[in-house]
Amino acid sequence: MDEKILEIENLAVEYRTDDGVVKAVNGLDLTLEKGGTLGLVGETGAGKTTTALSIMRLLPDPQGVITSGSIKFAGQDILSLSKGELRKMRGQHISMVFQDPMTSLNPILTVGDQIAEAIRLHEKISRAEAAVRAQSMLERVGIPPNRYSEYPHQFSGGMKQRVVIAIALACNPQLLIADEPTTALDVTIQAQVLALMNKLKNDFETSMIIITHDLGVVAEMCDRVAILYCGEIVEYGSLEDIFDHPEHPYTKGLFSSIPDLDTRASRLTPIPGLAPDPSRLPKGCKFANRCSMKRPECVKTDPPVVNLDDLHRVKCLLAQGKDAEQHATLG
Amino acid sequence: MLPLVETKGLKKHFRVPDGWLHAVDGIDISIGEGMTLGIVGESGCGKSTLGRLLLQLLEPTDGVIRFQQKDVSSPNKAQLKELRKDMQMIFQDPYSSLNPRMTVAEIISEPMRRYHLYKGAALRDRVTTLMNTVGLEQRLENSYPHELDGGRRQRIGIARALALEPKFIVCDEPVSALDVSIQAQILNLMMDLQEEYGLTYMFITHDLSVVKHISDDIAVMYLGQLVEQSPADRLFEEPRHPYSKALLSAIPRPKIRVERQRIILKEEISSPINPTPGCRFAPRCIYAVDECRTSNQELVEVDSGHFVACHRVNEI
Amino acid sequence: MQSKQTDRSRKNYSLWLSAWKRLKKSRMAMFGLALFAIICLGAIFADVIAPYPYDFQNLDETFQFPNANHWFGTDSVGRDIFSRILYGGRVSLQIGLVSVLISVTLGGSLGAIAGFYGGKTDNLIMRTLDILLAIPAILLAITIVTALGPGMFNLMLAIGVSSVPSFARIVRASILSVKEQEFVEAARLSGCNDAHIIFSHLVPNIMAPIIVQITLSMALAILSASSLSFIGLGIQPPIPEWGAMLSAGRAYIRNYSHIVLFPGLAIMATILSLNLLGDGLRDALDPRLKN
Repeated sequence: MDEKILEIENLAVEYRTDDGVVKAVNGLDLTLEKGGTLGLVGETGAGKTTTALSIMRLLPDPQGVITSGSIKFAGQDILSLSKGELRKMRGQHISMVFQDPMTSLNPILTVGDQIAEAIRLHEKISRAEAAVRAQSMLERVGIPPNRYSEYPHQFSGGMKQRVVIAIALACNPQLLIADEPTTALDVTIQAQVLALMNKLKNDFETSMIIITHDLGVVAEMCDRVAILYCGEIVEYGSLEDIFDHPEHPYTKGLFSSIPDLDTRASRLTPIPGLAPDPSRLPKGCKFANRCSMKRPECVKTDPPVVNLDDLHRVKCLLAQGKDAEQHATLG
Repeated sequence: MLPLVETKGLKKHFRVPDGWLHAVDGIDISIGEGMTLGIVGESGCGKSTLGRLLLQLLEPTDGVIRFQQKDVSSPNKAQLKELRKDMQMIFQDPYSSLNPRMTVAEIISEPMRRYHLYKGAALRDRVTTLMNTVGLEQRLENSYPHELDGGRRQRIGIARALALEPKFIVCDEPVSALDVSIQAQILNLMMDLQEEYGLTYMFITHDLSVVKHISDDIAVMYLGQLVEQSPADRLFEEPRHPYSKALLSAIPRPKIRVERQRIILKEEISSPINPTPGCRFAPRCIYAVDECRTSNQELVEVDSGHFVACHRVNEI
Repeated sequence: MQSKQTDRSRKNYSLWLSAWKRLKKSRMAMFGLALFAIICLGAIFADVIAPYPYDFQNLDETFQFPNANHWFGTDSVGRDIFSRILYGGRVSLQIGLVSVLISVTLGGSLGAIAGFYGGKTDNLIMRTLDILLAIPAILLAITIVTALGPGMFNLMLAIGVSSVPSFARIVRASILSVKEQEFVEAARLSGCNDAHIIFSHLVPNIMAPIIVQITLSMALAILSASSLSFIGLGIQPPIPEWGAMLSAGRAYIRNYSHIVLFPGLAIMATILSLNLLGDGLRDALDPRLKN
């Protein structure tokens, strides 16, 4: 069995706002093996970013509250770390790349200095040494090192995102969380950045969590996929499990919502309706109101998580029979 | 078939501190009645400017715009008001395109109130009809946009665009800000409306799978110019311009085990400010020769309905 | 972030209502609002509350310290200070209100036009206002009052004009920040003309900064009015005005400090209440702080 870098058990997160309690994450279980790349897929409000922020312990204070569960990083319980230990962990062991490269860089510092500063924050080395390291980081993300002293506004969007990635990887973290890293970029630039991330992942042996709504990005980058809906993982499995044998009606709906480039369908098959209000979640299956396969039981009880095999698991009542079938054929 | 909308040599240059930004630089398009022309390009290629030129939200620097065979390039106030009834827009951002201080009914009824088309009960009925048409529940008529989700807000924008019964609608990235499952709902709605009312669309987007799905013809734009124009299926089967090839190869596909050759473009920065003669794509193009850097190539028909602007189209 | 996307149609409240909800949470703002309300009520119902007419001189009871008959004492000619402060509030609040009204209409329109049209129009308007801004507001007001002569209306006009540039700036900046939004283009496509776009679409969206500026400017206007009256250019006796009362009492400050204390406190309380309210409003109306 591979070593586990991240283990999340039964995580629940709430946002307490003036308008009520928003249940953003509801009992999420997730593990990531060392060197693996996990895609967290879901739509707005599914809890993807909240999960990432919980791992980084960067939830907005005081609204965001972890109400239950545990997050273990390399065997260590993140939720019990002190402020100082957290600071050390962020950047050095876990890094994050955000969606918008424009806002994650400081406009009044040169890009080189920003990378060097990130290194010096975690390692006791001299300015000169840090500068050398920063230059080599620039080179590794495909930016000529002679652009060290340029400012972010002199860079294009794709170059800025490369700098952000260089900062994130500067201290060689074990885990990189990328929140929609290419959503703000053009398609051709996205292709470059994704290729770069794939290369760096191998070079640095970094484990990665990629948060995205784009199944195309997942297909390219990930080996494990978790589909989120209303703060729950409705389906989890290997890339092949999810793309070849999607089981959950929501996963299937996502695939049929995307226009296929290879065939020309006159109409798409969207998922009807809307996701429920996270401050008033229904009792049974949270997807039931949009599900075409809904049964009367679905609205009454929260569906169980069914293990289809070692990896592939689905949170759906309809999958229950398949579990038994599969075991029968295996037996 | 006669074109509903047509442009010839349409240009829009903006004054910027460093000189002139050639946002739209000599565009010829023609859209037949009831058809959809997709305009594809990356950020800064001038596709939104093109849409705004057609709708007279911007004044062209040069060139001709024809609507129903009439030259409408520089209309006077009265002509413009008449013209606007026939041309509307669906905007990208369902948050900023709706006035946050107005209710749903006020937003949808505004065009009709400005044109004094309906009054009192008739206006209310018309708003209800429009809301039904785009799939908005009637109970929402007194809600404010900020109380609604992105999909519903985009439906409000569509209802507003339909209010004056236009013939032509410019859709500027109408689904880019929406979640995939909602995207599909809105795309279906737009296609249904086109069929029902015989609408003509210009569909501006950077999302190639969406544009293929909805368009009859697709024009690929690069730094203010068209590099390729073709029937939608044809473009995806056999892109001819090196930029179109790179663009299509770069789309992340939601499929696994698909072998494909991806063309990775090197340089990212090329600027539409004070462009020099020659193909705009040449600095990034792997096939570029000296000729490409010195002289510009017009669109040439390589196949019926398939136009490409490339010196070396027959060699590559 | 999460709640933005949510269907909240059942709770059908407007933006103003949610701003009020946030305002209620700020204790300082609510204190300011309450204090200001008390001052306003005192001024409005001065006829009912005041124990004496404001110009009633009782030469037998001059220089009285605060007592049961005269809560705030009496002045050098035996007038009841409490009554005069109540009536003085009317004058101050009127000046504050009217002068701010003048500056918000004038400055607001100029700023809106400058921001909306930009280019040469913008340059012409804003550079002219810059010249006005280069003269200290109080000096400008003094000049205007000296030219037109003292008196209530001239005072209002002087104070109003002197804060036109600051309103113009705020309105212009706010217009610039909203005019690029797509709903403005949508309004144009709907057949709206410029005036309609400015006043029906843009102005309602920039009310928040204007309201904040109104409260803060009112405080400033009241203070300027008092200063001008203090140097004799404002309200003329016997009409009670806080600044004029201060001025009249300053000769007796050593022995009868209550004569200046209470008008001073009245000015302070009014300014404080308006500033607290203004700060609170800024926080409550600022959409960036909305959760």
